[in-house]
Amino acid sequence: MKGQIIVETEDLTKKYGSRTAVDHLNIKIEEGEVFGFLGPNGAGKTTTLLMFLGLTEPTSGKAKVIGFDPTREPFKVKEKVGYLPENVGFYDDMDARQNLRYIAKLNRISGEVSEKRIDYWLEMVGLSDESTKKVGAFSKGMRQRLGIAEVLIKEPKLVFLDEPTIGLDPDGTNRMLDLIHSLSREKNITLFLSSHLLDQVQRICDRVGIMINGNLVAIGPIEELAKKKLGLGKEDYTLEEIYMKYFKEA
Amino acid sequence: MYGILTIFRKEMGDHFNSLRFLLISALIVMVGVIITSMVGMAIQEELKGMAKPTLIFLLLFTSTGKLFSFVQFIGFFGPLLGIFLGFDSINRERVSRTLSKLVSQPIFRDSIINAKFLSGVAIIAIILVATVLLISGLGIRLIGVVPGAEEVSRLIIYVVISLLYISFWLGISILFSVIFRSAATSALASLAIWIFFSFFMSLGASVLSDAVAPISQTASGVDAEMLIRHERIQRVTSLFSPMTLYSEATTTILDPMRKTTRTLVLMGPLERFSMSRFQSPLPLLESIFIVIPHLISIVAITLLCFGICYLVFMRQEIRTV
Repeated sequence: MKGQIIVETEDLTKKYGSRTAVDHLNIKIEEGEVFGFLGPNGAGKTTTLLMFLGLTEPTSGKAKVIGFDPTREPFKVKEKVGYLPENVGFYDDMDARQNLRYIAKLNRISGEVSEKRIDYWLEMVGLSDESTKKVGAFSKGMRQRLGIAEVLIKEPKLVFLDEPTIGLDPDGTNRMLDLIHSLSREKNITLFLSSHLLDQVQRICDRVGIMINGNLVAIGPIEELAKKKLGLGKEDYTLEEIYMKYFKEA
Repeated sequence: MYGILTIFRKEMGDHFNSLRFLLISALIVMVGVIITSMVGMAIQEELKGMAKPTLIFLLLFTSTGKLFSFVQFIGFFGPLLGIFLGFDSINRERVSRTLSKLVSQPIFRDSIINAKFLSGVAIIAIILVATVLLISGLGIRLIGVVPGAEEVSRLIIYVVISLLYISFWLGISILFSVIFRSAATSALASLAIWIFFSFFMSLGASVLSDAVAPISQTASGVDAEMLIRHERIQRVTSLFSPMTLYSEATTTILDPMRKTTRTLVLMGPLERFSMSRFQSPLPLLESIFIVIPHLISIVAITLLCFGICYLVFMRQEIRTV
């Protein structure tokens, strides 16, 4: 299925007053890939994601997500695109199942189908036993996993994950990464994750884009970037080295 | 539409499950029952051996008894009810980070604010209707008078006006919950507006009218021209307050003996004589005509308030941070 373009931007720019959060971004994401969107805090990663979902309007330029313009047709985009915000929130006085059910209803998923999907995804993220517990009592890792389940309830084609592993313990991080990896391999869901935890991105991403101060300074498969920046023939590289090189140049 | 309905249902569930709703409705029901029992027994006492006066049933709501009437109580407490139901409706979702999740679902963004407002209105309607029915039932038992069609219609109009008025305050508090991130700030801001209108507006009106048209005592008594001007200025100023609009509208609707919303009525001796001799209630339609401007104003401020709220919410940047 690879090869079809699922996200495409053309000089996408967002300005807050005189500050440019995203500067002429040109990016193409293919269907089925895991794309890592890297950059320091405040580089404009979240702003870009918000523009992809039509939650904030670009100052200039165009974006196309699953074939639709998110500014013009946010409804169509949101139907098929999931978004897991950083530090996702839940209704703490409801249990896990009720939270998922509410989101399923907002996505017009009928009762029977939604119950089946809720069971399935709770199982997948390992929360079946906690499904009747109030989310207020959940740990950070459980909340993050519930967030993943919630995003997947609508069976999206494309999922934006904003810092999915931030604040998780090593074990939680590993489980989260495995889950993300399996989504891409088994469900053919395109994943677009923004992060600044480089070793994790290196583990699961097919391609990465590095954004610094609103500019996309590099994009491509990790090996390619390594060749370009660290010189040919270097076998033992880490994404961190590449990233730091770009970061110093910017 | 679908989104509105789903959020509306969830919000209603939240309201019914909340301690806040329980406390507010318990308080209103309790006060209503106490006032009605007191007033009802007083009416029962007075009515012994007398022919039934017209529209006595409405006295249950308007007669002040020892403390205050039910209508006065709602006039005072109604705004607080609206504020309590709305002051944290948007910022609660913002603080718990569910708002950004909600807007990334395939629903129109305005369905969030519409559903929140409508669910508040529905809750207010439920509380009002339940209380008025409760008082009516209690009143029928106590005074043994069944309300006629006109009394029922007057009560329905009263409930509708109150619903609109309390929704205005709900709109104010939702507006502040959109603007302020902290629930405490938005509650305090709404309360400040409420205090301003309920206490300072009438004070300001009398200060202003005293300053512009002072009433001077002359040898031949009070100058009538000046008195009328004084009264007019005071009235115009105080009509800017939704409180005045509401209280004038409801007292006129519920008291058919009131023929005008004005407090100062200048009459010649003959008029006064005929008034005292032929005191009869106004028909319902006439009462409505008197308060039509008030009703339209209340509808207008409620819509305006919600409109502002809607615009501010729609234009706001939804950032997770």
